[in-house]
Amino acid sequence: MSQRLAPKHQRLMLLGIALVVLVAAALIAAWGLRNQASYFFLPADLVAKPPAPGQAIRLGGMVQKGSVKTDADGLTIHFLVGDGKARVPVTYSGIVPDLFTEGSGVVAEGKLAPGGTFVADSLLAKHDENYVPREMKDMTEAQKRAAVAETTK
Amino acid sequence: MIAEFGLAALWLAAALAALQLLCGALVLRKDEPEVAAVISEIVRPVAVVQGVLAAVSFLALLVCFGRLDLSVKLVAMNSHTMPLIFQLAATWGNHEGSMLMWVTIMALAGTLIALIERRLPERTLIATLAGQAFVALGFYGFILYSSNPFERLDPPAAEGLGLNPALQDIGLAFHPPMLYLGYVGLSVAFSFAIGALLTRQVTPDFARAMRPWVLGAWICLTLGITAGSYWAYYELGWGGWWFWDPTENASLMPWLAATALLHSVSVLAARDALRTWTIMLGVIAFSMSMVGTFLVRSGILTSVHAFAVDPKRGAFILVLLAIYIGGALTLFAVRAGTVAEGERFAITSREGALVVNNVALSALLGIVLVGTLYPLVTEAYGVKVSVGPPYFTPVSAMFFLPMLVVLAVGPLLRWRRDSLERIQGPLVLFFVVAVAALAGIWFNTSIGFLPLIGMALAAMLAVASFMPARGRSLRRLPLAVWGMMIAHFGVAVGLFGMAADSAFTVEKLVAVREGETVEVGPWRATLKTVEPVAGPNWTALEAGLAVSYDGGPGKLLSPQQREFWAPVQKTSESALLTRWNGQLYTVLGDEADDGRWQLRLWWKPFVTWIWYGGILIGLGGLLSLLGRVGTDLKRRHAQVRIARRKRTAE
Repeated sequence: MSQRLAPKHQRLMLLGIALVVLVAAALIAAWGLRNQASYFFLPADLVAKPPAPGQAIRLGGMVQKGSVKTDADGLTIHFLVGDGKARVPVTYSGIVPDLFTEGSGVVAEGKLAPGGTFVADSLLAKHDENYVPREMKDMTEAQKRAAVAETTK
Repeated sequence: MIAEFGLAALWLAAALAALQLLCGALVLRKDEPEVAAVISEIVRPVAVVQGVLAAVSFLALLVCFGRLDLSVKLVAMNSHTMPLIFQLAATWGNHEGSMLMWVTIMALAGTLIALIERRLPERTLIATLAGQAFVALGFYGFILYSSNPFERLDPPAAEGLGLNPALQDIGLAFHPPMLYLGYVGLSVAFSFAIGALLTRQVTPDFARAMRPWVLGAWICLTLGITAGSYWAYYELGWGGWWFWDPTENASLMPWLAATALLHSVSVLAARDALRTWTIMLGVIAFSMSMVGTFLVRSGILTSVHAFAVDPKRGAFILVLLAIYIGGALTLFAVRAGTVAEGERFAITSREGALVVNNVALSALLGIVLVGTLYPLVTEAYGVKVSVGPPYFTPVSAMFFLPMLVVLAVGPLLRWRRDSLERIQGPLVLFFVVAVAALAGIWFNTSIGFLPLIGMALAAMLAVASFMPARGRSLRRLPLAVWGMMIAHFGVAVGLFGMAADSAFTVEKLVAVREGETVEVGPWRATLKTVEPVAGPNWTALEAGLAVSYDGGPGKLLSPQQREFWAPVQKTSESALLTRWNGQLYTVLGDEADDGRWQLRLWWKPFVTWIWYGGILIGLGGLLSLLGRVGTDLKRRHAQVRIARRKRTAE
């Protein structure tokens, strides 16, 4: 169809197609990222501005000391995740990661249930003793200690 | 002594790289032809020796690790008495060692170019080797200035600190070197692109010279990513095969760019079109592997694969990044206008389809890049975000799935100019297969939208990938065409595996006593025993799990919970049973109260097809490479014969 097009026109046309697709990609990416802005929550954010129930989010914080309880089924655990300002109850069914312990950092992926409990599908604990979830690495040592100490009175 | 010897070799290699760059620059200035002729003679030998010295240095480090020389700081920090294979693999399981491996592979690639490359015009070759030296020099500087792998420890340590248990796995001996071969192979494409820009010789011959290097790098990247995905799948014990972790993205981005480059370089070689575009992709592909290195090695993000690194190093890599990418893009901006555009073609033609493929791959690359960098950007403004699968999966599918239609149709189109009417038959066939698959799956199962579309397109692509062979003698089909068909079929196989895994996986999480039985999908699993066992550098609790498929004969699986001594760490070792139609994945958890054990079982139909697909894609690339090299050799032979006959005739 376009064999008779001058080379200049053909290049312009290809450039046009490429631009349209790349702009579309940029728009779609921006649209996707707008939703991501409300993807990661600290406990304080979650309490202040709860997301719609059923929306997939990540919750990051410290596992509060003494808060981990196991159900009779041996599989479901309940614990509190805090950031020194607020605490959120979390429920998780499954095998916990090897480095999941009270008093250390955790990122839980899941959804907020209507009652205000966070139901986690998966727990991302640190992979080694030096690992802190990157979203939380700004918490100062004092904040972390406060976050952990809060529930151990 | 060996450590000092390795360090000396590394310094010498760096000095030779500087010499190589200097000589290249002198030759390219060309104001004194006689001097230039003399200097150009030295560039090749220097490149060869530089590669050998880098290899010697890397071998020295391997020996230090193999002998567990605890007076070398790096060995003491990263190793321990372990099986020899892991002691050796520990060499590149850390920042310094992996950077040395990177620069060694890069230098050896230079050696190889200097020894075998005969297609390129002499000046372009010298410019290429100079470019290669320029990039390598930055990395030599980086290693010698801030990451000396041979630093001594005085007094020597009594025992090493050990290797992260997650890395004590045979998968780790294989997949990082593969990825590095890929990353560094792209540096060759980068140097070629720079060389061609400098000498203004962007020709089909240049593309034919560049193609094997791109193919080789792309094969290694493909296999490296496939192996890495399988490693993460069985070693991390969470049953997932892709996480959109920044470090995974760091390997995916160069692959996307390399895939685009591979296709555009073919257009340039066959039809002398897409000249500037190919050069730009050459620059971008290597830039992406540099960006990946920066993300993983700078300590700017944390993940399993990222080693804790100090900010000084991050800054250094960032500066290198700015020099190479910025420099290359500037050169490109200055010179691109002088590279005359090549042949014309219609939109409905092989070239047209390849352009669409290139644009879609670039869009995918952009989407992954934006998603990976976005959290870093917002963090600079104090906003913490985390970008995960809810962004990457649907957004990338929007571009990936339509691209598959072009992938099916493109290879049937003729070069230059074609019409869709001519290939009406196959098009109708594709449509029928896709719709039939869609309907068949829709009525028999209730699966999500993306897996449904994925499976239907996979079925269509499986049929389409072998279409280019129709009406041709299979035996006389060139290897390169076989390669293309098998690689495209591999995409269909892999896509089917991904869709099936996300659609049909069944999961069971239970706490059982010894003797109790669990059902998951068609499987029955009975926990027979849980017993302590010991390995070379760990102890474990091991479950004896008798499993049978659909009432068939029983087999025994032994998932473990391991405790390593150095460093002290627990890991879960999953146990897998593979059938042609899927995999049973079992993990042993903690002891619940009153003698019950946590067990997690997954039945993952067709999950292995994901990696079979990756292997097929790599195999297709390999066939293509063999075919191209084969025809090259034949052509060269023929030319030599003709020349000889002419001479005898005279």
